[in-house]
Amino acid sequence: MELTTVWFIAIAMLWTGYFVLEGFDFGVGMLFRVLGPNEPERRAAITTIGPVWDGNEVWLIMAGAATFAAFPEWYATLFSGFYLPLFLILVGLIVRGVALEYRGKRDDPVWRGRMDLMITIGSLLPALLWGVAFGNIVRGVPLDANHEYIGSFGTLLNPFALLGGVTFVAVFVTHGAIFLALRTTDDLRVRANRLATRAGVVAAVLTIAFLAWAQALRGDTVSIIVTIAAVVAFAGGLVANLVRREGWAFIGTTLAIGLAVVSLFVALFPNVMPSTLEPGSTLTAAEAASSAYTLKAMTIITAIFLPLVMVYQGWTYWVFRKRVMVAAS
Amino acid sequence: MDTLDLARWQFAITTVYHFFFVPVTISLAAITAGLQTAWYRTGKEKYLRLTKFYGKLFLINIAMGVVTGLVQEFQFGMNWSDYSRFVGDVFGAPLALEGLLAFFLESTFIGLWIFGWERLPKLVHLGCIWMVVLGTQLSAYFILAANSWMQNPVGFRYNTARGRAEMTDLWAVLTNKVVLVTFPHTIFAAFMVGGAFVAGVALWHLIRRPLVDKDVFRSALKIGASVVLVASVGVAISGDLQGKVMTEVQPMKMAAAEALYQTEKPASFSVFTVGTLDGSKEIFSIKLPYLLSFLATGHFNGQVKGINSLQDAYEQLYGPGSYKPNIPLTYWTFRLMIGVGMASAAVALWLLWTTRRGRAPAPWLIWLAAPLPLLPLIANTFGWVFTETGRQPWLVFGLLPTASGVSPGTTSGEVITSLAGFTLLYGALAVVETKLMLRTIRGGLAGTDDPPEASPDQPDKPLSFAY
Repeated sequence: MELTTVWFIAIAMLWTGYFVLEGFDFGVGMLFRVLGPNEPERRAAITTIGPVWDGNEVWLIMAGAATFAAFPEWYATLFSGFYLPLFLILVGLIVRGVALEYRGKRDDPVWRGRMDLMITIGSLLPALLWGVAFGNIVRGVPLDANHEYIGSFGTLLNPFALLGGVTFVAVFVTHGAIFLALRTTDDLRVRANRLATRAGVVAAVLTIAFLAWAQALRGDTVSIIVTIAAVVAFAGGLVANLVRREGWAFIGTTLAIGLAVVSLFVALFPNVMPSTLEPGSTLTAAEAASSAYTLKAMTIITAIFLPLVMVYQGWTYWVFRKRVMVAAS
Repeated sequence: MDTLDLARWQFAITTVYHFFFVPVTISLAAITAGLQTAWYRTGKEKYLRLTKFYGKLFLINIAMGVVTGLVQEFQFGMNWSDYSRFVGDVFGAPLALEGLLAFFLESTFIGLWIFGWERLPKLVHLGCIWMVVLGTQLSAYFILAANSWMQNPVGFRYNTARGRAEMTDLWAVLTNKVVLVTFPHTIFAAFMVGGAFVAGVALWHLIRRPLVDKDVFRSALKIGASVVLVASVGVAISGDLQGKVMTEVQPMKMAAAEALYQTEKPASFSVFTVGTLDGSKEIFSIKLPYLLSFLATGHFNGQVKGINSLQDAYEQLYGPGSYKPNIPLTYWTFRLMIGVGMASAAVALWLLWTTRRGRAPAPWLIWLAAPLPLLPLIANTFGWVFTETGRQPWLVFGLLPTASGVSPGTTSGEVITSLAGFTLLYGALAVVETKLMLRTIRGGLAGTDDPPEASPDQPDKPLSFAY
């Protein structure tokens, strides 16, 4: 296989990892204030993602850095073009990260209340805007002959991309609720389970609409098959959730998010930034790629170290596998 | 202001701010790990209490370092897209390595450390904090390798057809002679900050609450001040080596550090100058003869090239234009870096002396508690402002002028939005962080009979480590 293709797949895998992992911690961040009316429950809910959210976010850093290294043109066009959404995503992630770390550092309800609100906003905003960003990548944006973005912020807020944003939020809420049901006990677990069902129905409708629209815009046989698999996995997850098989439900939403992201990348290939203007201004993976030497060196290093990373990140989930109990208040 | 200036201001503000947290993270991680190791080996309660106390301060600090670091990675693409296109093939690799080898390690094991107190065997838990330390060191190395490539591009060839630099030798990029001297300099400088932080906090407690945990804070004061002293020796030696490498690869930066317009042999170092630094007028200055020659070349009689002759040479090489950085800025930041750094080492030495053999520090010394960590921190900042502005007008020395790196399609409205947004957000977070830090410092050491920390399956009452 061409190294360019290998790295296209690698980038797709990194984004997939990011959305699968941060997806549930975004979901928990959006939900925990609603699900946990009192502090012990909120604390329990947030503790389920406590040891892992930071590591999950590194998948984003990796996706960004790997795009920079393997496809400099893609990185340059995407990051400068989607300027304001990325700025807002950064603001959200900054506020969220600080609030997560600081909420427990002061025993003061007002302080915690503020931090909790920041966690929710900081989870909602990036979830929404990543959906908008990926909707636009797949749909295509106005690029000039030098692959420079020439639209405005308003251009990015088109119906398809906005549907993408709302879909991401709904799917992550469902994914997060199922994760909470899997990782907590008693009342909190039951409430999370019920909320997952309700949110899941909405998310399923939105997902089908968004993925079908994406396939209508730029689909091929393979991407359509992957899309169908994603929808089936999501439905399976929801059924498992309904019968309170939480582990299977989580596997279902995990597969669904993974397959959905993969379907978008399959539809995108061999382009990385389609242009809505002249076909010649579309940026392809081959045009965007780094030199063969750089790709080869990066391939060797990644092949050695990424499995190692997955082993120790997996170990973290194993260490904290026990359900989080709500402390008696 | 045009987008170029705005983008430069944004990079300066966000990077300087980010680097307030970086040296504290690097050094406090290691000091915390050292304290926990001392507890593991001796079983003494005081080391455990210090581990938890400084560990908590470390966590408050690293949260800021992590989130402001995200901005760093994004803004290369957002504000500097043509730079990214030009250097991505080379510069992207160390960045990706930093993520893969360092950030995953750091973030995963810090989660294990925070939430693993009750869950992991003691030795494994201790290993977690050491993995965090390893992560911070690797992270520093890779990002400095990336920066060093901008100072002294190696291991690449210029692809004319693509108009970009392409990597030919990753090993050469990672063993750039600039990174080999910059890494120890940066790490030692970071330890001056962390040591001073530990000592400053302990000093405050010893004076303000002389009867509470006196012995524990005495240990902390001595550990912190000793770290500062040892690190300051390391900073001086590595800085000296760095000066010689800099003279070799970026002679203009060395000349700008001294505002040396005419080539001199031997060249003297001026402690300070009153007058204009554009070379036209010098009213008064104190000069140390031969010193600049020694700093730059290692010989007291070495020749140091002046700005004017370098300017002529660069015009021959790169075409017409100014190749001078902002001379007053480089001149003063270079001096202040050295002077403020030396002052912090002197304070640390004085503290060790004045608390020798059980002596209590004099009450007025409390005025040193806050400046003590701030001095080396400011010296770090001066060092970075010096080395980054001293590279101007180049973004990548000799290859890419700063003006050519900015995003061509980005509007000044967009950059103003992000510049204002980040500045306001960072300002607000600075207030939140500082207040939380001071409150935690004032809170003092937790008792040894406190409820166990952060059991992940049973979140107890307000836990100092967990959420």
